[in-house]
Amino acid sequence: MSHPILDVAGLTVRYPGAAQPAVRGVSFQLGRERLGIVGESGSGKSTVGRALMRLLPGAEVSAERMRFEEVDLTAATERQMLKIRGARMSMILQDPKFSLNPIRRCGLQIEEAYRTHVRSSRAEARARALAMLEAVQIRDPERVYDLYPHEVSGGMGQRVMIAMMLLTDPDLVIADEPTSALDVTVRLQVLKILDDLVREKGIGLIMISHDLNLVRNFCDRVLIMYAGRVVETLAARDLDRAQHPYTRGLLAAQPRIGGKRAPLPVLQREAAWNEDREEMA
Amino acid sequence: MKALSVEKMSIRFGSVTVLPEVSFEVAAGECFGLVGESGSGKSTVLRCASLLLSSWQGEVRIGGVPVREMPLMERCRTLQMVFQDPYGSLHPRHSIRSVLSEPLRIHGLDDREARMAQALEDVGLPPDFLDRYPHQLSGGQRQRVAIARALILEPAVLLLDEPTSALDVSVQAEILNLLARLREERSFTYLMVSHDLAVIDHMCDRFAVMQAGEIVEVLPRDAIPSNQADAPYARELIGASLTYERAL
Ligand SMILES: Nc1ncnc2c1ncn2[C@@H]1O[C@H](COP(=O)(O)OP(=O)(O)OP(=O)(O)O)[C@@H](O)[C@H]1O
Ligand SMILES: Nc1ncnc2c1ncn2[C@@H]1O[C@H](COP(=O)(O)OP(=O)(O)OP(=O)(O)O)[C@@H](O)[C@H]1O
Ligand SMILES: [Mg+2]
Ligand SMILES: [Mg+2]
Repeated sequence: MSHPILDVAGLTVRYPGAAQPAVRGVSFQLGRERLGIVGESGSGKSTVGRALMRLLPGAEVSAERMRFEEVDLTAATERQMLKIRGARMSMILQDPKFSLNPIRRCGLQIEEAYRTHVRSSRAEARARALAMLEAVQIRDPERVYDLYPHEVSGGMGQRVMIAMMLLTDPDLVIADEPTSALDVTVRLQVLKILDDLVREKGIGLIMISHDLNLVRNFCDRVLIMYAGRVVETLAARDLDRAQHPYTRGLLAAQPRIGGKRAPLPVLQREAAWNEDREEMA
Repeated sequence: MKALSVEKMSIRFGSVTVLPEVSFEVAAGECFGLVGESGSGKSTVLRCASLLLSSWQGEVRIGGVPVREMPLMERCRTLQMVFQDPYGSLHPRHSIRSVLSEPLRIHGLDDREARMAQALEDVGLPPDFLDRYPHQLSGGQRQRVAIARALILEPAVLLLDEPTSALDVSVQAEILNLLARLREERSFTYLMVSHDLAVIDHMCDRFAVMQAGEIVEVLPRDAIPSNQADAPYARELIGASLTYERAL
């Protein structure tokens, strides 16, 4: 990759008091592409995203290399990060309702996030926020603008978060389960927006997801994580030909429309999957 | 084994009528799905039925008894809910131990340590998670604690709001197998919201499709693979899901 947007080598994260690091020696590069990260619950996917955003106060983070465009993320000061975070790199967080401020109306939060990074009048910011809510298929943007986070549905909360994170035109978007609460029709429309950003504006997109159909069909490449490590890297369209027993187990565990209604196969986890191995990413 | 019936449930927030009038029946021991557009009112139906919201009209009965007339203790042992946002339902300053032990204590159940360990094992978490706090868990681990809490009182009726959408498919498979086993062994009745029609097909006998506060159609699960829906929105949703599973 000649000019990657993101270049990470040997990223390791340990939470205070934890016996094992939550992320161990993760390396990958991201170009102007859609990179999926899948993996077991608790395998460290969100932690990787938060480490890149430098949103892990208290945790021990180390890396041989962690670069975003010309910025050395291992050395950037918090002041520099404040300028970059939410402007040039954005993360759509996994629990939108928890991440939004519970006592401020959704629309105002989108508007403020925009004005933090882009010089504009309130009226202009409001108009952009409303247009973005409409783009993510919110039925009645004016009404939703004035709702508090606890008054919107799960999927509406996700879309408020997406609107907020995309409005500043970032170069890198880390989307942590961005569409898990959306019905399939709306999900396809939201994915189309993200897709257009990659194709037309050339952004880099990291898509953390449990949805194997989504990753297979929407992403270019996939990293498979297990217990803090990247255990396999694949072209997304080859997901079904994955070699690692963990990845194969994941594919088998997925219920399918019209499938047998017998108990689903579950993973027999093996200690060997935790061991060090050569990693390519 | 108890049936659940929702009769003419309606609610409005300010000037907006979110549910004009919703009625459906879930047979004793049935798993009934609720699918539909994001924002169509699925979680609101569950929050009304579990009396998290009280300002609604209509009646919800479990085993023939209106939920509003059940004494609190009885209601907790009859009906439990798993929420869509695990963060919202777990108190940030309560350890997992206190989350799980509180219902046991209130209901005077003995063998608490053993029951808590079993509840965590059922959802695939190690016993040492009892001493953690919600912020120390991943998204899927929090959701599993919420499921463990709902199951620990062994309620006859479970309202499940996207119980597995925050989970990877391997943990999802474990939870779905657990729910199916409990239903077989103890005839639990489930009302389950999901956006994943493969999960609905796998778990439910019948399901309702919602759009803008209304149930547009109730279908048996066999209607999914060949898309036998009549209502236009239900056809569209099933069609999109079939395409989605095959290719985006
Ligand atoms: N603040 C914290 N303190 C201690 N441990 C933590 C903390 N946050 C996360 N962990 C642990 O780190 C591991 C990785 O968590 P992470 O949130 O990255 O998982 P994930 O892959 O995103 O999982 P999910 O798919 O369930 O969201 C988990 O085992 C979790 O319990
Ligand atoms: N307290 C409230 N005040 C105002 N509006 C509310 C409140 N609670 C819910 N609503 C509205 O009711 C509608 C239905 O919300 P609900 O959460 O039931 O949707 P849902 O079908 O569960 O959607 P999702 O699939 O996205 O979770 C939404 O338009 C929401 O904004
Ligand atoms: Mg996560
Ligand atoms: Mg909902």
